[in-house]
Amino acid sequence: MALTALPILIPFIFIIILILVRSTIWARRIAIFGTILLLLVSVGLFSEVTKRGILTLTMGGWKAPFGITLVIDYLSGLMLIVSAVIALAIALYSTKFIDYPHKSHRFYVFFFSLIMGLNGSFTTGDVFNLYVWFEVMLMSSFVLITLGSKKKQIEGGIKYLALNLIGSMLFLAGLGLLYGKTGTLNMAHLAKILIYDQQSIFMNTSAILFFIAFGIKAAVFPLFFWLPASYHTPNITISSLFAGLLTKVGVYALFRFFTLFFIQDQQFWHTIILVIAGFTMVFGGMAASIYYDTRRILSYHIISQIGYMVMGLGIFSPLALAGGIFFMMHNMIAKTNTFLVAGMMARLKGTFYLKDVGGLFKQDPLVAVLFIIPAFALAGIPPLSGFFAKFVLIKAGIEAEQWVITMVAVLTGMLTLYSMIKIWNEAFLKKAPEIPSEKRLPAKLSLMELLPSILLGLISIAMGLFAPQIFDFTFEAANQLINPINYIEGVLNN
Amino acid sequence: MEIVLAILVGVLYAAGVFMLLRRSILKFIIGIIFMSNATNLLVFLSAGIIPGSPAFVDGVVENTKSISDPLPQALVLTAIVIGLGIIVFTLALKYKYFYLTGTDDLDQLQQTDN
Repeated sequence: MALTALPILIPFIFIIILILVRSTIWARRIAIFGTILLLLVSVGLFSEVTKRGILTLTMGGWKAPFGITLVIDYLSGLMLIVSAVIALAIALYSTKFIDYPHKSHRFYVFFFSLIMGLNGSFTTGDVFNLYVWFEVMLMSSFVLITLGSKKKQIEGGIKYLALNLIGSMLFLAGLGLLYGKTGTLNMAHLAKILIYDQQSIFMNTSAILFFIAFGIKAAVFPLFFWLPASYHTPNITISSLFAGLLTKVGVYALFRFFTLFFIQDQQFWHTIILVIAGFTMVFGGMAASIYYDTRRILSYHIISQIGYMVMGLGIFSPLALAGGIFFMMHNMIAKTNTFLVAGMMARLKGTFYLKDVGGLFKQDPLVAVLFIIPAFALAGIPPLSGFFAKFVLIKAGIEAEQWVITMVAVLTGMLTLYSMIKIWNEAFLKKAPEIPSEKRLPAKLSLMELLPSILLGLISIAMGLFAPQIFDFTFEAANQLINPINYIEGVLNN
Repeated sequence: MEIVLAILVGVLYAAGVFMLLRRSILKFIIGIIFMSNATNLLVFLSAGIIPGSPAFVDGVVENTKSISDPLPQALVLTAIVIGLGIIVFTLALKYKYFYLTGTDDLDQLQQTDN
């Protein structure tokens, strides 16, 4: 189906339009229009997937194992929708919070190229094509993180770039070895070959290179050091964009690769994945509790939450994978929202440092409400989205009799709650310290500044209220991952 | 021929890792260049090398065993172009950092860690 290419094509068209537009006000309007269009197209494509099964498109008319294939199944479709929602929220947020002294309109060019790389990674069915989309995403994120050229940003940029470049190289090396061993790079074709061929010793050399490469992108336990060193340096709009989207692409790639064709030697891999998941959760949660910079706390939190998603992959039952996907969707929305609120707090108080902030509950109660929604969602308080995501994961852990990881997952919830309460106490409840401020700070925020956070907060609540319906979708996605026959048939015989 | 190139890949990776661990940012970038070239060679080698035979001549293929596989060459070509773009960006970033701080020492990069 030709429309399958639209999630890549729309951002591409908007990149070209935005290069030509020189007025910042028009660039903002066009960006909002573009992200709304993207959201509508993603929802439309997903409803096609629910009706007609897996959508495929072979580029240039070359038949499946030879040409590049674009594939949208349940998992890709859900990811496309969630990332389009976040893109819309960021586009709205950027109208008020991108405040470079000049050339603010340039932000939108790289914003759309990031979205293009992201959507490409979600839809592609070819390993090398995935590498190319990762590079597109990486290049635009390099530019975004250093946009503004402050000393700290350049430093954070160098650290971000260094580890991610090494990750890309390992990805490419793994891809080369995989091609040498199987003679194909089409994911469905790889799955077809490897599902009958159980020679794990040969495949593990490629699998470990891919695992480290995606592990660096996803910021799992021993490979996450680039994330807290760089995410707090750029403009808060860009931090929120990265927090919601970038690491989850790594998790998505892990889900895709380790369910579709790296399925030899399951015992070995699932143990490794579970151990890493446990360390990721605990380490992220504990590191978050020692900092007093809001963005730092939230950055370490991203790492902690990645552990839950990877845990779903490690348990490897349909229920666990469904829980992992549900958790990923919930986390993208709620995590972005906490970063957005952190930006609002900084706008009201002039700093991200929690000890210099206080009394926000009295000053602007609406911001407090907007913080509580994603914070409780992350901590897993019912009826918000996080509760159901964690519930499903922990239920899957108990059913699979993986007691240790289940314990760790439950206890890490406490760490999450602790750091959320810390931000709440320090920023909202505590009396404001009397620090004379040079800048004139606003007493309240306008509706336009609050709008993106209200949007994401409502989605968090809705995901909690309509959890069974969404869970049905994620369960179907997990079933497609566990039984890849439909995927293979859909791509190769279409 | 493969064995010579395989050794070269190993040497390039070793040199790249050695350079990555130096203190200067410029040497770090040289290390990245070594490693990306080693990776490109690795991908290039993945289909094996058949001496003296191009992939296509006049669109006529008599024996598929005697032609070389064109796909890794296409992959490497793409990877080289991507690598070039990234190296150029890295050098520009290094220049900007040097312009702002006047130092090339990786140990000075401690501002954002604590």
